[in-house]
Amino acid sequence: MELRELTALELGAAIKKGEVSMAEAAQAALDRISAQAGVLNSFITVTGQQALDRAARLQAGARDAQSPLYGVPMAIKDNICTRGVKTSCASKILGDFEPLYDAAVVERLAGAGAVSLGKLNMDEFAMGSTSETSFYGPVKNPWDLERVPGGSSGGAAAAVAAGMGWYAIGSDTGGSIRQPASYCGVTGIKPTYGTVSRYGLIAYASSLDQIGPLCRDAADCAAVLDVLMGHDRRDATSLPGRYSDWSGSGPRMDYGRLLEGLTGDIRGMKIGLPEDCFGDGLDGAVRTAVLAVSDVLEGRGAEIVPLPFPVLEYAVPTYYIIAAAEASSNLSRFDGVKYGWRADGYEGLADLYRKTRTQGFGPEVKRRILLGTFVLSSGYYDAYYKKALQAKAVIKSAFDRVFRQCDMLLTPVAPTTAPRLGESLDDPLQMYLGDIYTVSVNLAGLPALSMPCGFDRRGLPIGAQLIGPHFGEGALLNTAHAFQLDTDYHRRTPKGGDPA
Amino acid sequence: MTWETVIGLETHVELATKTKIFCACTTAFGGGPNTHCCPVCTGMPGALPVLNKKVLEFAVKAGLALGCSITRYSKFDRKNYFYPDLPKAYQISQLSLPIARDGKVDIRAAAGPRTVHIHELHMEEDAGKLVHDPWLDQTRADYNRCGVPLIEIVTEPDFRSADEVVAYLGKLKETLQYLGVSDCKMQEGSLRCDVNLSVRPMGSTELGTRTEMKNLNSFKAITRAIGYEAKRQIELIEAGRRVIQETRRWDENKDATYAMRSKENAQDYRYFPEPDLPPIELPEEYLAGLRAAQPELAEAKRTRYQTDYGLPEYDCQMIASDSALARFFETLVELGTPPKQGANWIMGEVLGALAARSMEPKDMKLTPPTLARLIALVSGGSLNRNTAVKVFEAVFDADGDVDAYVKEHGLEQVNDGKVVRDACARALAANPRSVEDYRSGKEKAFGFLVGQVMRELKGRANPKTVNTALRELLEQ
Repeated sequence: MELRELTALELGAAIKKGEVSMAEAAQAALDRISAQAGVLNSFITVTGQQALDRAARLQAGARDAQSPLYGVPMAIKDNICTRGVKTSCASKILGDFEPLYDAAVVERLAGAGAVSLGKLNMDEFAMGSTSETSFYGPVKNPWDLERVPGGSSGGAAAAVAAGMGWYAIGSDTGGSIRQPASYCGVTGIKPTYGTVSRYGLIAYASSLDQIGPLCRDAADCAAVLDVLMGHDRRDATSLPGRYSDWSGSGPRMDYGRLLEGLTGDIRGMKIGLPEDCFGDGLDGAVRTAVLAVSDVLEGRGAEIVPLPFPVLEYAVPTYYIIAAAEASSNLSRFDGVKYGWRADGYEGLADLYRKTRTQGFGPEVKRRILLGTFVLSSGYYDAYYKKALQAKAVIKSAFDRVFRQCDMLLTPVAPTTAPRLGESLDDPLQMYLGDIYTVSVNLAGLPALSMPCGFDRRGLPIGAQLIGPHFGEGALLNTAHAFQLDTDYHRRTPKGGDPA
Repeated sequence: MTWETVIGLETHVELATKTKIFCACTTAFGGGPNTHCCPVCTGMPGALPVLNKKVLEFAVKAGLALGCSITRYSKFDRKNYFYPDLPKAYQISQLSLPIARDGKVDIRAAAGPRTVHIHELHMEEDAGKLVHDPWLDQTRADYNRCGVPLIEIVTEPDFRSADEVVAYLGKLKETLQYLGVSDCKMQEGSLRCDVNLSVRPMGSTELGTRTEMKNLNSFKAITRAIGYEAKRQIELIEAGRRVIQETRRWDENKDATYAMRSKENAQDYRYFPEPDLPPIELPEEYLAGLRAAQPELAEAKRTRYQTDYGLPEYDCQMIASDSALARFFETLVELGTPPKQGANWIMGEVLGALAARSMEPKDMKLTPPTLARLIALVSGGSLNRNTAVKVFEAVFDADGDVDAYVKEHGLEQVNDGKVVRDACARALAANPRSVEDYRSGKEKAFGFLVGQVMRELKGRANPKTVNTALRELLEQ
């Protein structure tokens, strides 16, 4: 059995049946990680020995495990706190930071028998769309080592695509799960804001950040999301109600809620095709591949509804104002006083702050801190930040309107396939514009999924995005599952970074 | 020219919740540096605030008691600034939608009754403490106070004198203590006050340029700082110069205020809505419940004591000014003690004993049933008043058993006529000079003889019986 070819659920089933030992699975992933270490650069920290120890410890429970992911090796983006394991946010300023506690999702994953291989590379503080802004160097795209894997969860997408773990936990503030999933040919979902606890996620933009999985396919996403979702009283924005089955007092999880919903039956499902998302600036191959998704879905009985979505042009500026404003405040705590990196040779307090932050943050992070500080400063607040909040409300109500006409939207994830390394660093504005299809989802707090739907002529993966109304994860995953029953884009694996 | 001083106050009050505003750490005063902390209150990466419901309840209670309208949809904002005592580099506070607004407080100032208008009341978190070590020339941060819940109460510029400010703060303290929402201990920093002050020609309706004074931690400091600052501003204007809008620090040792920072280099706090905390929506039932549960406040009690019990105004004022004392008094009355007697004991012995021990009424061990029993023994004739005072002193500190003490020390009043008469006879026989003096008209000698009898009977005799018996024997 070629372990790399298996999905997380398939591997989980094999472990449960005793066909594969947990140690074998962990070792197989670790072998791939070490073989590719200098090539893809998708990990910042590899916790190999801890993974093998945990696999040995958990093996005895494999046969009776409730969790379908029990014993499956995976990895975690480096902005999610892991107790005693360096959590750097790919920044120099947190280069020696070891959290005192596990993030809520890490606790839940541990309860579900996950075996973590380590911490994944990313854009510094999740700010970027290419995973090139990392202090630890850029991540490469396993489909073409000259190209970026997308960002900010680029390490996560590259690792899953290259078989360095069977799934990964990322975070999505403006597309940071979906866009790298698209560039790397994997399936990723950003759930409804408030359904996954943010406790322990080092904040970029608190009102937009949401944790979610990157996986081989939609079924794996459903299984991981079943573990991640649930109310957490340590996060005041965590939603009670629908997912309130877990209070954080102990791991009582409802495995299979989303997984069981994957019937592949999408007859009568109304899928909106927003015309504004297929206009100028969209690469031809991407347009063709995404529109072809609608044919497959139609073939399974879904109804395609073309409709206007006229607020798209406001999404990028609104997003960059709100995200930068919150980031400027969230990142102020990194001042060299309490933890993390501190500059040498400072004279007095102001100089300590100035030197530490000037030398500790990279250029993209500093750009966004400056932008955020500017839009919140007195005299500019009304013109920028307040306006952005108003635009956010307009975008929200535009989504409310379209979801009265359809059950979900089908759009591209990004205007192009993965760009070359270095291109975006020279032109940040162009990089920001590349987020046009993803950022409005975060502004409205909606769930959205990215799935592989084809390749361009260079062999680079293309992703399609499904956007649902609040709590629409089930329908999104089932639709993606239906698509994946009829296609095999998600089962193709890149050669990039493979040992010669 | 005569000048008018115009003052507005910003008062920070620490709420008496057991835990902090956004985490479960204790709010206890003291503790070793950084021992009352967790990832939330020290602003560790990834940690998130969750509002303590008790803080909200206390803030609403305070708002209701100060006559404010409660904001049904309120929210938190971030106030951003860098300082080592603020680990997140922002303070979670309320700017645009504070929990309560537009209240008023009636005070009695020397110049007569006045109404002070409350502009707003909002919730926020306290910062930590920086301790400078001059020996090592290092500053150390103690985050124990980070996240201790505060309410800030902002008045309109309604005060015209230090006396009015002190009357308002007294009333505020009394009200918040009554509600149980704060212990208002200025010396521990649980009530802190910033004074905004300007002066203007008497009769003018425009406000002058104001300064803000910080670091005022006693009524005395507030009074002196107001006096100093008003004089400073008047002298500036009279000398043809102008007052600069600035923040000034009161230096208690030098009895003067010093400029800290002017408005020109004021910080831009870049307030914006706190995204980690959802807005607070208060349902009508929640407010109705709190309104119904509001306790009777001092002013209402004063009126009731006067009309229902006929107590003197001063007694009403004193007893009602402290909620623990008022509760003590009311329990005494419920136990059947006549209100006037109960009030007399409180005004005399109880307050005296507390003062002698520098103790607050709420920390008193003596319970109402014990004092009620003591008073009953006196009215029933089993104890004389003087002995009762001694018993009071004996039982006060540990709430001792009155009956057991009286029995153990044989203090029951001697009411037996024969025992008293025999003692009187012995006293007369032993003091012929005094008998002589009395008979020659020296009334003073009678007092001496009474004293001799009381001493022999160890003070337990009923003074009336002694008087009657002595007179009878002397007149024979």
